[in-house]
Amino acid sequence: MKIHIPNSAFLGNIDPFFRSFDPTEPDVLEITANDKWISVHPLVLSMIAALGIAMKSSDIRCGKLKAKSKHYLVRMGLFNMLNIPSDIQITEHEPAGRFIPITQIRTSDELTKFITEMIPLLHLDKEQSKTIGYAVSELARNVIEHADSEYGAFLCAQYYAKSNTIRLGIADRGLGLKATINHAHSAKTDLEAIRLALWPGITGTTTREGGTEQNAGAGLFFIKSIAGVNRDFFIVYSGRAFYKLLRKAPQAPLRLKADPFKDRHSSNENLPFWQGTIVGIDISLDQTKEFSLLLDGIRKTYTSAVRERRKARYRRPRFV
Amino acid sequence: MTSIIIFDKAGAFAENKDVARDIRIKEIIPALDGGEDVTLDFAGVDAATQSFIHALISDILRKRGAKALDNISFKSCNTTVRKIIEIVVEYMLEGGI
Repeated sequence: MKIHIPNSAFLGNIDPFFRSFDPTEPDVLEITANDKWISVHPLVLSMIAALGIAMKSSDIRCGKLKAKSKHYLVRMGLFNMLNIPSDIQITEHEPAGRFIPITQIRTSDELTKFITEMIPLLHLDKEQSKTIGYAVSELARNVIEHADSEYGAFLCAQYYAKSNTIRLGIADRGLGLKATINHAHSAKTDLEAIRLALWPGITGTTTREGGTEQNAGAGLFFIKSIAGVNRDFFIVYSGRAFYKLLRKAPQAPLRLKADPFKDRHSSNENLPFWQGTIVGIDISLDQTKEFSLLLDGIRKTYTSAVRERRKARYRRPRFV
Repeated sequence: MTSIIIFDKAGAFAENKDVARDIRIKEIIPALDGGEDVTLDFAGVDAATQSFIHALISDILRKRGAKALDNISFKSCNTTVRKIIEIVVEYMLEGGI
């Protein structure tokens, strides 16, 4: 496998980075990077950690990094996570207020501990913490419950002062959305699986709409909605497919949709195959609505989605 | 009347669905089966996820219908928790599921 860390890869321009990923030769991981500058979404690092975790360190090749910002990879814990040496010298700073390094979460209890201990490190106000904690909990719990990966979820987050934004990325090397959704539904393609996974009330644990006693099938819908209400990016990449919720203009009406394809989005179903699932979200703190206000918008969509689907199932009697 | 202090089991951010399931199976359902009313006390809980609340009550609503709410009270909920509970209840009841 080959992965190249470009000079810039954020959710708005991440498509070429995904296209450049080479999943062939899965026994070796070769990591290269732009020689001048590296400035990437935490999702990129979560992805590399997920790729390398199952490999022997001797099978991971990382050439000498020359970019001025190479220390970022060390501070986010990439080399430690992959258990490979690095000659990059850094001065450790207190991480509080800036980032959550790459963290592996395998169990429900690890997740609870992570949320309790790590989210406060971002030093956000109470309402913003709720939003971030909510996103982390739902995304990581999805991996723990559905991905069936012994390595669990890899996540990291970074606060960007200039844009006053938290960027969060989570990756796993589990079953992927198509296999998970197809336990109970029949998605023919990876993109169709992403569409179903984002649709409220649909889960791979049952064919019944509304889910089971443990799964409502609404986790990803809520996260997409948080991004939508805040006019931020949200992406999902699984198998060969990629879905990106595009940012809404400030003056555009805020309307959440049950069908993710009816949201302003882009998609691609011819990407290099990613075994597992990757989710990325940006949360702009300037425009992060109070969490309870955000819930008002979600509530409207969530319940109207149920009505829509009931209507779609409704059949008139045929009189012949 | 059975009163269940959610903070003692799930903390200030109620998100662990395993905890929610245990509360439902070991405390709420036995109390309702015994003819008792149940109070879910959310004092000290800053936020809850939809998944947590779903795991806590949706099966009860699905199996017993809306009338189950006559025997369950939600106490000391802040606005966020209250809205999540309303979303989950509305979803279960609107969906007729």
